[in-house]
Amino acid sequence: MSFQPVKFYQTGTLTVGNRLLAQDERSVQANQMRSNSINSGHRACQGCGEALGARYAIDAAMAESNGQLIAANATGCLEVFSTPYPESSWQLPWIHSLFGNAPAVATGIAAAMKVKGRNDVRVVAQGGDGGTTDIGFGCLSGMFERNDDVLYICYDNQGYMNTGVQRSSATPPAARTATTMPVGPEPGNVFGQGKNVPEIAMAHNIPYVATATVADLRDLEYKVRKAMQMRGARYIQIFVPCPLGWGAASHDTIRLARLAKETGMFPVFEAEHGEVTSVLKIRNKVAVEEYLKPQKRFAHLFGKHAHPETVARLQAIADRNIRKYNLLPEGEN
Amino acid sequence: MQKPFAITLKPGTSLTNHTGTWRTARPVYLDRLPPCNNACPAGENIQGWLFHAESGEYEKAWRVLVENNPLPAVMGRVCYHPCEGACNRGQLDSSVGINSVERFLGDEAIKRGWKFAAPAASTGKKVLVVGAGPSGLSAAYHLARLGHKVEIQEAGPLAGGMMRFGIPKYRLPREVLDAEVQRILDLGVTLKFGTKVANIEQSMKDGGFDAAFLAVGAHIGKRTFIPAGDATKIVDAVSVLRSMEGEDKPMLGRRVVVYGGGNTAIDVARTAKRLGATEAIIVYRRTRDKMPAHDFEVEEALQEGVMVKWLSTIKQAGEGNITIEKMALDEKGYPQPTGEFETLEADSVVLALGQDVDLSLLEGVSGLEIKDGTVQVSPNMMTGHPGIFAGGDMVPSERTVTVAVGHGKKAARNIDAWLRGATQEVPPKHELAEFDKLNTWYYSDADKTVRPMLDIIRRQTSFDEVQGGLNESTALFEARRCLSCGNCFECDNCYGVCPDNAVIKLGPGKRFEFKYDYCKGCGICVAECPCGAIKMVDEDI
Repeated sequence: MSFQPVKFYQTGTLTVGNRLLAQDERSVQANQMRSNSINSGHRACQGCGEALGARYAIDAAMAESNGQLIAANATGCLEVFSTPYPESSWQLPWIHSLFGNAPAVATGIAAAMKVKGRNDVRVVAQGGDGGTTDIGFGCLSGMFERNDDVLYICYDNQGYMNTGVQRSSATPPAARTATTMPVGPEPGNVFGQGKNVPEIAMAHNIPYVATATVADLRDLEYKVRKAMQMRGARYIQIFVPCPLGWGAASHDTIRLARLAKETGMFPVFEAEHGEVTSVLKIRNKVAVEEYLKPQKRFAHLFGKHAHPETVARLQAIADRNIRKYNLLPEGEN
Repeated sequence: MQKPFAITLKPGTSLTNHTGTWRTARPVYLDRLPPCNNACPAGENIQGWLFHAESGEYEKAWRVLVENNPLPAVMGRVCYHPCEGACNRGQLDSSVGINSVERFLGDEAIKRGWKFAAPAASTGKKVLVVGAGPSGLSAAYHLARLGHKVEIQEAGPLAGGMMRFGIPKYRLPREVLDAEVQRILDLGVTLKFGTKVANIEQSMKDGGFDAAFLAVGAHIGKRTFIPAGDATKIVDAVSVLRSMEGEDKPMLGRRVVVYGGGNTAIDVARTAKRLGATEAIIVYRRTRDKMPAHDFEVEEALQEGVMVKWLSTIKQAGEGNITIEKMALDEKGYPQPTGEFETLEADSVVLALGQDVDLSLLEGVSGLEIKDGTVQVSPNMMTGHPGIFAGGDMVPSERTVTVAVGHGKKAARNIDAWLRGATQEVPPKHELAEFDKLNTWYYSDADKTVRPMLDIIRRQTSFDEVQGGLNESTALFEARRCLSCGNCFECDNCYGVCPDNAVIKLGPGKRFEFKYDYCKGCGICVAECPCGAIKMVDEDI
């Protein structure tokens, strides 16, 4: 277990806050004085998981670094919706350069801070899955390999949503995107390995790698704060549902993130120096259909021309994750 | 606009972009009616007092509780808790032990000597309450708190009505009852014992009362004709239970047959067992699932060795025995005689066939309507005679302590309105917080706390209380199992999950507000509110 959940306080640590907990046991997001790193007025779609995930993560990093934080941002939804000239939603020093170079820019900032003797100033880099797993991947791997003192946060919404929902190397098999249409005998995205960047990051043996979702705030905050207590290259991938790109209701963002974790489709774990140290266990295991059905990008798998064999292959992926990461609670394996 | 080197955009300037204009539906906070509150015959704000109990503020919880019901320690023992039957948590694991937390608060109040808040300023009005049972005591309490001068006239020697003379000690220890009655009297309520009201109009005139509340109960045991020899002892259950309070305990013999299937039949059979009967047999004409008694009481009685003859009626009582006839249910579920007979040994037969109301005090009062032996009252609890109100077992209703307490409260509020020449305004009920309004993911898994039970030997031989109470830690645990259905409990979920930072947290006890300038109407807050205290409302476009 990555953090110790509090039980039996009505909602324990499952909700954002809990009036029955001591102040120091409460989440950053429950605090009236949280930094709101990405402020109101941004132009993300209704129910944007990425806007939510970014505030969760950066607020936690701000809390851990006493507000001494600089962010470098890759091109993508997060950059576009937060900073249309002449406005910015960011409430911390923030820089955008190119689509593919956020890790390199962050490396540069970290080097500059070191030269200036500002050990107190910490650096994060952030981007979507396109900027991370595809376009910025070379820079990211370099940042890992040099063990630069940067926390890289990838907001994974499984596609290029800003440019019109194209496939990325993080798009799941069978999903419909603008470039993987649901036609032919195997509709939607191909079944392949894609790029499992958390595992690739682990292969660099960097100090810290973790995954999280917007449905488990306490786990997410714990991981960001833990990463901020370390030095060197660190990587966190946060699962952020995209109502627009996934064809889901705007109010289902957190529910879908929860279902991705509860089905095993998105394993939530943390690893230090290349070894998995803990996983967030599934609480109530559900079949992948529960997760797939509310999303129009998987609609072609159900209904009149259903593809039950494809659903079974997706279930097999979930089952493999459950087995590989030991995701079921003790006694249910 | 001058900015420092390399700075192009000022922090947080997106505030000029009012994204609230995108919205087609808006979230609004609301309080829904929790099912427990909706089911409570005494109209308790159960979710409201559990809220304070959850944070360990027991006195505050008790004070919220007694706004509606002055007898929590009694309730926590004798109430059949319809609240728990309605509790949404029952669909999750098992219902919250509301009754046991109520008892804990009631006992805590007695232990710590908590008193009611002082009554409102005197109104100068006098109200007569007839009968010191649960309904009369409840009415007296509420009337006194509203500033009226209250006098209770009770025919018997002690207060409590059926709580004392109907409910056995093993379910309600008398020191608990005495403590809660005394606390009501401490509000300045006058209680006169041995004062049987023979004529209500005369009593009102003599005492200068402006209004009266009648709550004489129903304590005349119904009889049925059973052909019997001279030697057979046939008594009624109410008399048996009443005589338990006196010096001379009833002599029922070693083999006792109880006739009837209600809670009183169970009470008297269990009492007979404790008085030393070797056999206590209930004879009931239908089956267990048709029995009006509550099943947990039937179960407890069976555990204590009470036996039941289902589908049987008593045909005849002879010397030392009775003849019963077997019945069979017809297709409509009514019992029909079969012509098969059986003989049971019996030293006495106790009739527990229901009770009638003694209506003699109402003779000659104009405007009253009596139907099926009960006084008819309007929805505001007033009889056909202006200024005379009635409640409890003497009006048509389910006859339980909790219903009686509810009647007392309702009557008191209406009497107060009537005395002011107004009518009681009842605010419309909030919409119900049904299970599907909740997001139960967020609640901790926690099974119900089981209350300790007295061991079986002591249950069969003594009148010690059967069911134990919770202690402070188990009561706190149980209170925290509450889902707070329909009412914000400040879990901060809406404040946290908004992608647009459009929820303002106002601080402890002050709940939250939406920033509609920025709320895009995505509805995540509604979907992720655990307790269903937010809903989406379409915008006028």
